[in-house]
Amino acid sequence: MGMNITEKILARASGKTSLAPDDVVFVNVDKVMIHDVSGPGVIAVFEKLKKQGMKIDKLWDPSKVWVAEDHFVPSADKISAQNIVLLTNFTKEFGISKHFKYGMGQYGICHTLSHEEAMVLPGEVYVGGDSHTNTTGALGAFAAGLGHTDVAYVLLNGKIWFKIPPTIYFKLNGKLPNHVMAKDFILKIIGDIGNDGAAYKTMQFGGSGVSEMSVEERLTLTNMTTEAGAKSGIIEPDKKLRDYLSTRGATKYKEVHGDQDAQYEKLYEYEASELEPTVAKPFSPENISVARDLSSIELDKAYIGSCTGAKLEDLRAVAKILKGRHVKIRTEILPAAISIFKKAMDEGLLKIFMDAGVMIGPPTCGACCGAHMGVLAKDEVCISTTNRNFPGRMGHLESKTYLASPLVAAASAVTGKITDPRDLK
Amino acid sequence: MKGSVIKYEKDNIDTDVILPGPYLKIHDYKELAKHAMEGLDKDFHSKVKEGDFILAGRNFGCGSSREHAPIALSYSGIKAVLALSFARIFYRNAVDGAFLLPIEIDENAYKDISQSDTLEIDITKNEIKNLTKSRIYPMKPFPELIGKIVAAGGLFNYKP
Repeated sequence: MGMNITEKILARASGKTSLAPDDVVFVNVDKVMIHDVSGPGVIAVFEKLKKQGMKIDKLWDPSKVWVAEDHFVPSADKISAQNIVLLTNFTKEFGISKHFKYGMGQYGICHTLSHEEAMVLPGEVYVGGDSHTNTTGALGAFAAGLGHTDVAYVLLNGKIWFKIPPTIYFKLNGKLPNHVMAKDFILKIIGDIGNDGAAYKTMQFGGSGVSEMSVEERLTLTNMTTEAGAKSGIIEPDKKLRDYLSTRGATKYKEVHGDQDAQYEKLYEYEASELEPTVAKPFSPENISVARDLSSIELDKAYIGSCTGAKLEDLRAVAKILKGRHVKIRTEILPAAISIFKKAMDEGLLKIFMDAGVMIGPPTCGACCGAHMGVLAKDEVCISTTNRNFPGRMGHLESKTYLASPLVAAASAVTGKITDPRDLK
Repeated sequence: MKGSVIKYEKDNIDTDVILPGPYLKIHDYKELAKHAMEGLDKDFHSKVKEGDFILAGRNFGCGSSREHAPIALSYSGIKAVLALSFARIFYRNAVDGAFLLPIEIDENAYKDISQSDTLEIDITKNEIKNLTKSRIYPMKPFPELIGKIVAAGGLFNYKP
C-alpha cells in the first residue's frame, strides 16, 4: 500500500519500511528549535534532571539545534531580559552556534526564520517548542510543535515519539481571485471542520490553486493548521519551493513525495473562484464570516504582524491598499524578520506605510500573545493578521480580535470598520 | 487518586485562558500556579485544593504548546483533568512531563458528575467512582505507549 509524504518522512526517520496511521514510533529528529519562551522551560527541565542525578554536559547534536528570540523582545521588563541571558548562556555552554540574537544581524519570529533562512529543508523531521512549528510543513518537511519536556528529550536523545497521524487532504481547484489570500482559504477550512476538526491529524494541501500560490502564501496555510488542532500541516515540494530555497542558498536536500496510491483519511475539495475575503470573529478561529457581513463592526486598531501575516508578500499586499491612503485607526505593522523589514524598506513599502500614518515596529511576537508592544485595553476591538483570537489573547479579557488577511486588515485600517478590500473606494 | 471536582461545562478551554500569554516569561512554577485558569475563572486559585480534578468538555487545552499550562494546573494541586477530548500538545505535555493525568470520559460521565462531587480514579481498572453519587463510569484506557509513560512517571523515566 502506498504512503503519503508524511508517512514516508516518518518511516525514513524511524528506520521502518512502511508505516500506517496510529502506529507509534520513535523518530530521529533532523532539526529542533527553541525560543525565549520554550528555551528557559527546557533549561528548567535540565535543572530538574540534574537534581535527580542525571549527568547533562552535552546535547545529542548542537549543529541541529537553532535558537530564536521572538516572544518577549525587545525586553520590556527584568524577567524577559533575564530569560535572554539564560538563552545566551545555554547556547554558549552547549555549543549552539545558530542563535538568532535580537538586535544582531538577522533576527525575527522563529517560524519566519525557519523559511527565510532555510533552517529546515524538504524531507526533514523538524520539531520546535512552539505550537506554530507546523508552519514549516510548507517546505515539504514534517514539522510539529512540542512542549519543554519533549524538546529537552530531543535535545538529549535526538529522537521523540509520534503516533502516525491520519492525513486529511485539502485540494484547491483554480487560482485564488484578486483580493482573496491564503488566509481566507484557511479560515474557510477551519470554519468548515472546526477548531478540533484535524485534532491529532495532518492537514495536507494541494491542487492547482496551491501550485499557483507562492511559497510565502502556502506558509499561511500550514501555519494555521494548528488552529484546527492538527499535529502538522504539509505541502509537497515543487519547483516554486526549490527556487525559493535556492535563493536562500539551500540546494542540497532529499525531497520526499507521496506515492501515487497514497492513502488519505478524507478529501476536501474547494473551488478557488468561490472563496471570498473571510474573517474569524471572537473568540475562535472557527467562528468565521465573510468580511462583507461584518461591515458594521467598528474597530479601534489594526495589527499587521506575526508569523501568519507579516511576510514580505503580506506587506506588499498591505502596501497595495495603503498607497495614497490614510489609516483611520491606530495601525501597527511589524515585519516578521529583520530581513523582511529591510526588503520592505528597499522596495519603498515602509514609506507607503509611514505616509499612511502607520506605526512600524520591530519583529516580535509581543502583541499577538498579549505580552507587550501593543496589547488591547478593555472593550477594544482589533482586526489582526495573527492566527488566534481566544479570550484575552491580545490583551484584556474583554477585548476582541477579528482575524483576517493582510488585505482585509489594511482595508479595515483605512475605513475604521471591517472592510472587504473589494469594497474600498 | 481521590479528589473533588471543579467542573467547567465548556468546550475548547484553550491555553490562553488556562495560562495567559503575559505569564509565559515566568519560570517560577509556584508563581505560575497563582495565574492558572485566570482567563476563565478568577476564583480558581482561591478554591482549588491539593488533589482536585478538573472536569470539562471537548478539546481541552487547545492552542499553544506552552507547557506552562499543565505545569500551572499541576502546581495548583490538580492531579487529573477529565474531559470529553484533549488537544494534542496539552495531552502529551501533561503525560511526558508527568504533571497530571489527562483522562478521556464519555458524555454520560460528563453530564452526571456535578460540581464538587468526590471521585476516585483507578487507572489500573480504567474506572472512575463517583463517591458522592455512588456511581461508576468508564474512562478511555490510555494507548499502550502513553500507559507505559504514565506508569514510568514521565518520558524521561521511560525506557523505550
